[in-house]
Amino acid sequence: MAETQAQPRHAELGLTDQDVLDMYRAMLLARAVDERMWLMQRAGKIAFIISGQGHEGAQVATTWPLRRNHDWLAPYYRSIASAITFGMTAEDIITAHLAKGDDVSSGGRQMPGHYGGAPYNIVSLSSPVGTQVLHAVGIAMGAWARGEDVVALTSYGEGTANQGEVHEAMNFAGVHRLPVIFVCENNGYAISVPLEKQVGGLSVAARAQGYGFPGVTVDGDDPLACYAAAKEAHERGRRGDGPTLIEARVVRLTSHSSDDDQRRYRDPAEVEALKQQDPLVGFGRQLRELGVLTDELDQQLRAEAKAEINEASRRAEARPEPDVSAAERHVYADGEA
Amino acid sequence: MAEVTYRQAVARGIAQEMERDASVVMLGEDIGAAGGVFKTTEGLLDRFGPERVRDTPISEQAIIGAAMGAAMTGLRPVAELMFSDFFGVAWDMVANQVAKMRYMTDGQVALPLVIRTANGGGLRFGAQHSQSVENWAMAIPGLKVVAPSTPADVVGLMAAAIRDPDPVVFCEHKALLADKGEVPDGEHVDELGRARVARTGTDATVVALAAMVPRAVEAAERLAEDGIELEVIDLRSLVPLDVSTVLESVRRTTRLFTVEENPRLCGWGAEIASIVAEEGIYDLDGPIVRITTPHIPLAANPVLEDEQMPSVGRIADTVHRTLRATA
Repeated sequence: MAETQAQPRHAELGLTDQDVLDMYRAMLLARAVDERMWLMQRAGKIAFIISGQGHEGAQVATTWPLRRNHDWLAPYYRSIASAITFGMTAEDIITAHLAKGDDVSSGGRQMPGHYGGAPYNIVSLSSPVGTQVLHAVGIAMGAWARGEDVVALTSYGEGTANQGEVHEAMNFAGVHRLPVIFVCENNGYAISVPLEKQVGGLSVAARAQGYGFPGVTVDGDDPLACYAAAKEAHERGRRGDGPTLIEARVVRLTSHSSDDDQRRYRDPAEVEALKQQDPLVGFGRQLRELGVLTDELDQQLRAEAKAEINEASRRAEARPEPDVSAAERHVYADGEA
Repeated sequence: MAEVTYRQAVARGIAQEMERDASVVMLGEDIGAAGGVFKTTEGLLDRFGPERVRDTPISEQAIIGAAMGAAMTGLRPVAELMFSDFFGVAWDMVANQVAKMRYMTDGQVALPLVIRTANGGGLRFGAQHSQSVENWAMAIPGLKVVAPSTPADVVGLMAAAIRDPDPVVFCEHKALLADKGEVPDGEHVDELGRARVARTGTDATVVALAAMVPRAVEAAERLAEDGIELEVIDLRSLVPLDVSTVLESVRRTTRLFTVEENPRLCGWGAEIASIVAEEGIYDLDGPIVRITTPHIPLAANPVLEDEQMPSVGRIADTVHRTLRATA
């Protein structure tokens, strides 16, 4: 009997070498944007920053199956890598954080971390957490009512998973079998509150069963596992088989935001150990094992990300402040007809 | 007298009451080990333990609903909503449940609870993290509403709010947290519903609240250089509302201005203006003028936010122009 050569793991999922390198590149860029924004916050240029470091693998991979400018994304405040994967540029994101007058998300109105933009089919999130989960359900319902083949992906943390709206959203989507992908990025902490004080039963994914659709837990540090789950969820949604809940177990490498210090409420040794689970390191290693990435190429990709972030920051900072007359614009539709 | 910050005063006021009354308990997000996202509950977990200082999941409805249930059965919960904007998430619990339970049960149920919340703008946090919502709460019968401007008032009014038999919405202003002020030594308890004259003056009365109080006082100092002496009244509490202090001041100054951070329509200043028009019309020698944020949400961009909120310059200019035009 002839031996069959096992395919590499990414090829089995239908991903080319270039695909996985592009995923890695998106992760690198998201990290570069994230680190640059911390720097700008510490330099007093940005009011506040809320980080996605440690979530990049799960974000890039779960967003990857979505069709740009066709499907919809209702992300949350850590979704830097999701936003980048779905089309936002580094310059868009930094401009929004600087609240410049022509920022694509809000024209300088929204606080940092509120990713969104009509050109990208990305719904601006709201500060009261969990609201976007219902918005995604509405987007999916609208598409279903119009007979369109559209999938809505919404992401949120395990802290947000405990809001009443999330229960209502999942039940509604389950009842109407709507094409929604719920991605819960579980990093174990809601600011300072650990998982065991947030989630009864300790599993977010297990809740899906009660709403009548599949809930899966994936290793968020393994982008290919996240991609596989999201791809299946995307196909299920398009088939009319309803929603999927993906709980990606990720690490939060930074404090919750620039306004807190996690060493106050987490064991410093635990925080230090998180670095071993950095998805950038893990995915880089995996790509080397697959023979897709070399040290040389890695260095080149990192240099490209750095050049891109430098150029993006320079351009974003040079953008104009809003005119004060803009303060009263867009409260109502007056004068826009 | 010791000097403390506004944020330290929050913890001090709560600690004072937890020390004397074992039925006082706290619940909210990140109030324990983190000491509150605004560091207003620092040290309370160590001092009173996790049974009385309870971190909750991110579930605003549960925080208010559970505080209500606990209050029904004899506790005095101090619940925290991290940002006052998040009242929206739990508004049914606040407006329909907490506020109306005593009335609907013909007095059989008392809810001696406090809902603390970080309120107000100026931190570049945008439309959903910067609102001044004290007038939302003011519109609901059954709630009391407090918004202090100084560390001493934070301690004294916090103690009064916790001891009060009714639900109190306690607005802590984010932009004042680092402000320092003297607080009396020993137990300090104030009274809800009594305004404070922050500055005495003879030419006009300016009524302000929370972060607008220091701005109004600064505007008054500026106008004093031009020989205009403003009396600044810090309302401190909207429900109960100290009408008599305002009317008495207007009787002497014959002019009234209000300075509000909340959006203009249906702001508390309109209520003050209405009361003075009804009850003090013969004392007035000029129009009542409200200085407010326009009827727009706040933006994150500093240029826009500074334009939107009443500034020291806008307060001083408005008062100066009005007094000159109607002298």
